[in-house]
Amino acid sequence: MKWHVLRPLWLAIGLVVVILIARQFMVPDDFGVHGDSFTYNFYRQSNVQEWKEFPVKHLGHESCVECHEEKVTMLSASPHAAIECENCHGPAAGHPDEIEFLPIERSREHCLRCHEALEYPHNARSELPNIRNRTHKRRRECVTCHVPHDPREKPE
Amino acid sequence: MSCSRRDFLKQACGGTLASVLPVSAFTFLSNEEARAAVENANVRWAFLVDTTKCVGCGLCVKACKNENEIPYDAPVTRTWVERYVITKDGQAHIDSPMGGRDGFTENVINGEEIDPENIDKAFFVPKLCNQCDNPPCVQVCPVGATYQTDDGVVLVDRSWCIGCGYCIMACPYGVRFFHPVHKVADKCNFCYHRITKGMNPACVDSCAFDARRIANLRDPDDPVTKIITTERVAVLKDEYGTKPHVFYIGLDENVR
Repeated sequence: MKWHVLRPLWLAIGLVVVILIARQFMVPDDFGVHGDSFTYNFYRQSNVQEWKEFPVKHLGHESCVECHEEKVTMLSASPHAAIECENCHGPAAGHPDEIEFLPIERSREHCLRCHEALEYPHNARSELPNIRNRTHKRRRECVTCHVPHDPREKPE
Repeated sequence: MSCSRRDFLKQACGGTLASVLPVSAFTFLSNEEARAAVENANVRWAFLVDTTKCVGCGLCVKACKNENEIPYDAPVTRTWVERYVITKDGQAHIDSPMGGRDGFTENVINGEEIDPENIDKAFFVPKLCNQCDNPPCVQVCPVGATYQTDDGVVLVDRSWCIGCGYCIMACPYGVRFFHPVHKVADKCNFCYHRITKGMNPACVDSCAFDARRIANLRDPDDPVTKIITTERVAVLKDEYGTKPHVFYIGLDENVR
């Protein structure tokens, strides 16, 4: 074969070899098909473990009850029983070691998420006890008159 | 060349058998592989959304953003709640301000106040990743950075994603977005770090109305699986053939 044909051919073969060698070093060992399908299961397997180790932040009321038994008992006997502590106090991870105080959400806007009257027919929202934000005690926080841990109670 | 009828039939049957059996039928699994295959076959995550119970408080969106470290004030979210208000003229008013993160506290949709007298029906629809059986977002990934785990959840490998955005365009449900901090594609993964530890996803725990529930379809005793298999549920965009695994109770035709 003529030299002008062979020269680019060797160059192309050389490039392929370089890429294959580079691939050996750059692609992690656990990258490949892990499952039935090349289309859906072609990945770096250790990433699954990395996602499993992502830090958990919401610990649930089972963790709150260890120190705040009184509050959790009060809440779980109230009409607000289904509401998680962390819905109003934020994620508890790191509390109390790194984060001494968790925030307390007292804003009207927070209560209105459920209790603003939206008159929607056949909607669970309109069946909740509700108020109209525009007309109901405009300048006061809800917690002045209602106890979030048991809305049947009045604050002392 | 002569060939008796008996030989012909023998060879024809043998040939058909050989061509039908795939080579993979003869691979032998190591002990670990066999155990892994059996264990993983015991889990297929799915989700049940009861739209009739959702009141649009948006606490699921808030919990999701905090749990999964999605920048709180960026206009991206792994799950969101849509509000549909159908007025008497047949028009559908749809909104989801900040993904419904702060709930729905006014009867105003896209700047327009809706007269309650004029409403035919109204409802909230929580949305999240459907963890499809045929995920189009995985098909289009050019680098193998997104994939389906053996328990059915689609994950994104943040160290492998090049941020090309093909998957964001491919998802028919608009679930994927570009993570503003990590600069990669991001999506709901049913809180994979929680469900693999036996916990519920953050949105499920934060829902006070049981509108969101997680299920293991391979566990016939799972109460949520029983609902999915025995009650009337629907999925979004069934016609796309993606086989979504988020099932809805009370889905309306106006939901897209």
